[in-house]
Amino acid sequence: MEPYKFDVNNYRNLLKKYIASQDETSLYQAEQFSKLSMQHNISPEEIINVHIQALKELYPDLPVEIDSSMNFLLETMISYGLAYQEFQTLREKQGELESEISIAANMQQTLLSTTIPDIVGLDIGAISVPSHQMNGDYYHFVTDESNNLGIAIADVIGKGIPAALAMSMIKYSLDSFPETMRNPSVILENLNRVVEQNVDTSMFITMFYGLFNPETGSLQFSSAGHEPGFYYCADKDQFFEMTTKGLVLGVSDQATYEQFDITMESDDMVVLLTDGVTECRIGERFIDTEEVLEVIRKYMHLPAQEAVELVYRHFERLQDFQLRDDFTLIFLKK
Amino acid sequence: MITKSSVQIRKEWDIVGARQMGRNLAKELGFGTVDQARITTAISELARNIYLYADKGKVAYEKIEDMNKKGLRIVASDQGPGIHDLSKVMEDGFSTSGGLGAGLPGVKRLMDCFDIVSEPGMGTTITTIKWVR
Ligand SMILES: Nc1ncnc2c1ncn2[C@@H]1O[C@H](COP(=O)(O)OP(=O)(O)OP(=O)(O)O)[C@@H](O)[C@H]1O
Ligand SMILES: [Mg+2]
Repeated sequence: MEPYKFDVNNYRNLLKKYIASQDETSLYQAEQFSKLSMQHNISPEEIINVHIQALKELYPDLPVEIDSSMNFLLETMISYGLAYQEFQTLREKQGELESEISIAANMQQTLLSTTIPDIVGLDIGAISVPSHQMNGDYYHFVTDESNNLGIAIADVIGKGIPAALAMSMIKYSLDSFPETMRNPSVILENLNRVVEQNVDTSMFITMFYGLFNPETGSLQFSSAGHEPGFYYCADKDQFFEMTTKGLVLGVSDQATYEQFDITMESDDMVVLLTDGVTECRIGERFIDTEEVLEVIRKYMHLPAQEAVELVYRHFERLQDFQLRDDFTLIFLKK
Repeated sequence: MITKSSVQIRKEWDIVGARQMGRNLAKELGFGTVDQARITTAISELARNIYLYADKGKVAYEKIEDMNKKGLRIVASDQGPGIHDLSKVMEDGFSTSGGLGAGLPGVKRLMDCFDIVSEPGMGTTITTIKWVR
């Protein structure tokens, strides 16, 4: 006998056996029957109908009151059947959406990809990991003919697909600026206007832009409300916060961005990051800057790429492998 | 052969009348218990929509008894405000009941054929058929 087949005979036999012995085996088979019915999209009212038929076959003299009560139950279950069918449809839809999002995430990765350039005298490491599928963080490197390095790091406040779309826009604006436009404050002012005109006011973008001159070791930078980076001075063996000021992008079309600069000496390092690093949470507590710097210090003697990856692994573990925010970290080591 | 009958919907009580007529016809046509329950649920949804959104209208029934097919056609019509965004309304989860499978998408699931014609300001006509299996 095929015990799980969905038909009245099977159900009746199972029911008969159970009523006679009230045994666990029959109940286990009922469970299998129930699962199989779900796989075949059998709705609850149909199960009840089978039950009614089986009862009538087992007890031809079934009291009419019981019969009516079973019909009553059947009517009551119709809406549950509909809800169950709707659930099936929604589940299929969800699957489609998920696969669409993963395609979009791949596309985003291709669109926003940047290669880390070879700059003599500067060791660069960069990592960016989204907390969900789409990344709301972004970093980008460009070099010009005199080997100056432009570095952008940005964070959209807001996550997911809208953030990713806004990031693509930032990337294409950056790409479209003429190569002669290298001044960090000018770049941010121009981007600010693009964002102000094109992006919904509920979406904010913070951004740091730096221009490194490998000849002189100077790093000029401006920031649009972005998480401050750190400058490690090897001579003093100390980290300094790279304090800046400037409004986040897209708030006011009048915003201007002050430009700062530092000169990097041998073994100095600049750390750029997004708030996914500094607002890393352990349980209920945000970690503080000292802890972040401690971790950075632990790995910074390593080649820059290896170092950023190890720092990331450290925080990933600290957060039980569930990033709460997109995480982006860049090391520039001289 | 086609037999026609209808129920006017003006007050909530008429929904019960519409169900009753639908069930009787479904029984006569030889629908099983489960299908009877499905047909009456569909009628309820259609009649309640008329009562709630169009104020008044009617539910009409046609017994279809062809050589090879038997079925029940239900036409719910009103001269109410009409439905503006049909594709939205047919989406799962849109109905005000919060998407528990009921509403118009539910009617579509319960029945075999389903069609809406609705003109904003002119009214709504929903035609559905269930075939005897
Ligand atoms: N006959 C009608 N005339 C005008 N508008 C209608 C009519 N029937 C439905 N609608 C509109 O379509 C919407 C969706 O109807 P539907 O029956 O699917 O869900 P609902 O009535 O909102 O909630 P539920 O039926 O689940 O309690 C309604 O909210 C109403 O705006
Ligand atoms: Mg409704």
